[in-house]
Amino acid sequence: MVRSRFWVLVAGVLLLATALGSLYGCDLGGDDTDLELVYDELLGGETTAFSAGRNAFELSARNLTNEERRTFEVGDSFFNQNWVTAPASTEARDGLGPTFNAQSCSSCHSHDGRAKPPDDDDDPVRGLLLRLSVPGDSGPVDEPTYGGQLQDRAILGVPVEGHISIRYEELPGRYPDGTSYSLRKPTYVIVEPALGRLHPEVMISPRIAPATIGMGLLEAIPEERIVGLSDPEDADGDGISGRVNRVWDIRRGRPVLGRFGWKANQPTVEQQGAGAFHGDIGITSALFPAENCPPAQTACQQAPTGGSPEIPEARLAKVTFYVQTLAVPALRRVDAPQVRQGARLFVEAQCAACHTPRHVTADDYPVRPLRNQVIFPYTDLLLHDMGADLADGRPDGLASGREWRTPPLWGLGLIEVVNGHTTLLHDGRARNIEEAILWHGGEAQQSRDYFMNLSAEERAALLEFLRAI
Amino acid sequence: MRKIVALCALIALTGSLLAGCDIGASGPSDEMKRSAVANYANGVHNLYSQSLASAMAMDQAIDRFLADPTPAHLEAAKRMWLLARDDYGLTEVFRFYDGPIDHPENGPEGLINAWPLDEAYIDYVQGNPSAGIVNDASKFPVINADLLVSLNEEGGEENVSTGWHAIEFLLWGQDMNKDGPGARPVEDYTTNTNATRRATYLRVASDLLLTHLQDMVNAWAPGRSDNYRAEFVALDLDEALQKVITGMGELSRGELAGERMTVAYEERSQEDEHSCFADNTTADIIANALGIQMVYAGDYGTVSGTGIKDLIAAHDETLAEQLNAQIRGSVNLARAIPAPFDQHLLEGVSDQSAGRQAIQTTISSLESQTDTIVDAAQHIGITISVS
Repeated sequence: MVRSRFWVLVAGVLLLATALGSLYGCDLGGDDTDLELVYDELLGGETTAFSAGRNAFELSARNLTNEERRTFEVGDSFFNQNWVTAPASTEARDGLGPTFNAQSCSSCHSHDGRAKPPDDDDDPVRGLLLRLSVPGDSGPVDEPTYGGQLQDRAILGVPVEGHISIRYEELPGRYPDGTSYSLRKPTYVIVEPALGRLHPEVMISPRIAPATIGMGLLEAIPEERIVGLSDPEDADGDGISGRVNRVWDIRRGRPVLGRFGWKANQPTVEQQGAGAFHGDIGITSALFPAENCPPAQTACQQAPTGGSPEIPEARLAKVTFYVQTLAVPALRRVDAPQVRQGARLFVEAQCAACHTPRHVTADDYPVRPLRNQVIFPYTDLLLHDMGADLADGRPDGLASGREWRTPPLWGLGLIEVVNGHTTLLHDGRARNIEEAILWHGGEAQQSRDYFMNLSAEERAALLEFLRAI
Repeated sequence: MRKIVALCALIALTGSLLAGCDIGASGPSDEMKRSAVANYANGVHNLYSQSLASAMAMDQAIDRFLADPTPAHLEAAKRMWLLARDDYGLTEVFRFYDGPIDHPENGPEGLINAWPLDEAYIDYVQGNPSAGIVNDASKFPVINADLLVSLNEEGGEENVSTGWHAIEFLLWGQDMNKDGPGARPVEDYTTNTNATRRATYLRVASDLLLTHLQDMVNAWAPGRSDNYRAEFVALDLDEALQKVITGMGELSRGELAGERMTVAYEERSQEDEHSCFADNTTADIIANALGIQMVYAGDYGTVSGTGIKDLIAAHDETLAEQLNAQIRGSVNLARAIPAPFDQHLLEGVSDQSAGRQAIQTTISSLESQTDTIVDAAQHIGITISVS
């Protein structure tokens, strides 16, 4: 009897503690409960890492076993270290180029983060590449002499295809409340083309390297969920369509849902990575077995290779595992009133209509620690018409020249800490989050207009929310 | 009565859980922390000075060799490289917190220690006799420090044409021997093609290394108001200690156990090891592990004082001793790995072989010491995130 009274007391104390705890920050307030569907401190579920420092994007999913973490570390090594000219003593790491944009994945995805365009012609190009194409019978085809991508570096003895030069034009504007802003619109010039003029109808599509966090979690979102979010004919009449891209899966030998890349033109983390190894570093794999040397480039074709393929299957699998299991950092300032206000505005402005906050990962995803996770990536992985100003005019699979895939927003506020800049969008033209919002057109025009008509204080709150995720 | 005491304890416990701090136990005083930070700064300066001194001795041996390129002088230069390499290895625990060595804007780590080396970017390799800057006088008429630094900066990424491994490659040559290091012929510096240009390259690479090490010594020199050390000792004490412990934790697992050992162990690529030309990899591993031990103990040889161990002990002596035993254990396990390291990476060598077992045990020990480092830091109120 005495004993049970004691435990009642214990329970009481614990209850009191819980109540106190909720006062100190677990409380979302009565009419705010829906915010639980908009954000959570654990953006990546149980994989979420807690670092807001320079290594915020470099950490492994926190729920890996020691064994899995070793696989992660091997993958890390081949992601981070330079590839070198073949032949070399370090046989596992040779085969660079012959032409390339980068010597390692981390050269562009520095600290697993995001690249920025060069500030001027003296600033080295790192993490920005140009896709090259000319119109074909059924969509664009590779530029005949330079191939599908400009490689702006090469091993010794092989000509560099050319260099990238960017010019920006400032486009000033004003908010309804009178506050002014300015956007910069880039144009690209290829200087010193090694093999003569490019095809007169060449289309140039710039692409910046995004952060590589949470990629496995995105891959683990069930296909039915993404297809279910699509609304190709805008049946619900909200002005937002959302279309899936269908792309060729080399491994499975059939067309499947596209998830990765700026136009959702890659189906899997593996194929996205193997494509980047091939196009950006010049490393062949089972998926892309031939060296990337267009017929006109003889020195490129004659250069020694680092094996066939240069990255063997087992090693590619480890790099893939690494990218799949890079953790997403936790949301910061979770209880700040401004963050909560910003989250509400994020929903009200219909940002969340495409930047879908919450998903649950599949229970049968191959990488065990990523299964059954409640995640907040802020993307529907679908294609949306983003208007004429952002269009690159180059269709890609089912994606039109005006459509882009909704990029995930998690980690947005830490790019500055990790990579020392705040540039955004597919080519880094936006100098900060605010400019990125102001570039939104097409299906996102109404959200942009909503944002512009907010008060300065409300705009600041929305930006604060975006910096916290 | 006993129950009331228990209840009070429970209330206290719940309260402290809410506040997120620990009960009862006292942690290190600010005075103690300040002393640890100062001793660390002295230790860093001491170890970089020692590294510079032994690199200068190597540089002189290289001078003698280039002035009089005999096999004996080549061997002497190699010996001095090996000695100097040990001293540098001790300093790698000073990385991983954006200090002077790997500062995002101007840290020379990439120029000092980049790996893997792009051999064919520097000189001939088996299968390509005319490869490299050394053999391309038309594109690179003059080899000097400006050229090498500018080539490293091309593309804005760490390139691989300078530093320890470039010098190693120029002294040893490629390691084509299954059971020994590289054997570059002395004729590469006398009668072989481009011998003079090769000599110039070696000279310049060695000079550059001294310059960069001198920069590190200056950055940590005491009594100055305009260097990194002045900033470091003025930091919030916990922030400074967080950097110190992050270096220990990141080197233990991500870099040493992971990058340098697990990758080589798992991939079995014979030369996928850091000092592949000189077969000096086991010594590299020992030096790294020893560096961690020095920071923990606060004992850097000629400099010693309050270490991280003392801070932990002020909170929990048992924990401090446990970590001490783990860190010392890792050093001893690393010493027990039979050299050369690459013999354990050959195809067909069983995981049950003594060499592979020794590597595996060292990796496990480094991994668990990392967990303890993170945990112990947490106990004295310092949160670190390591890979």
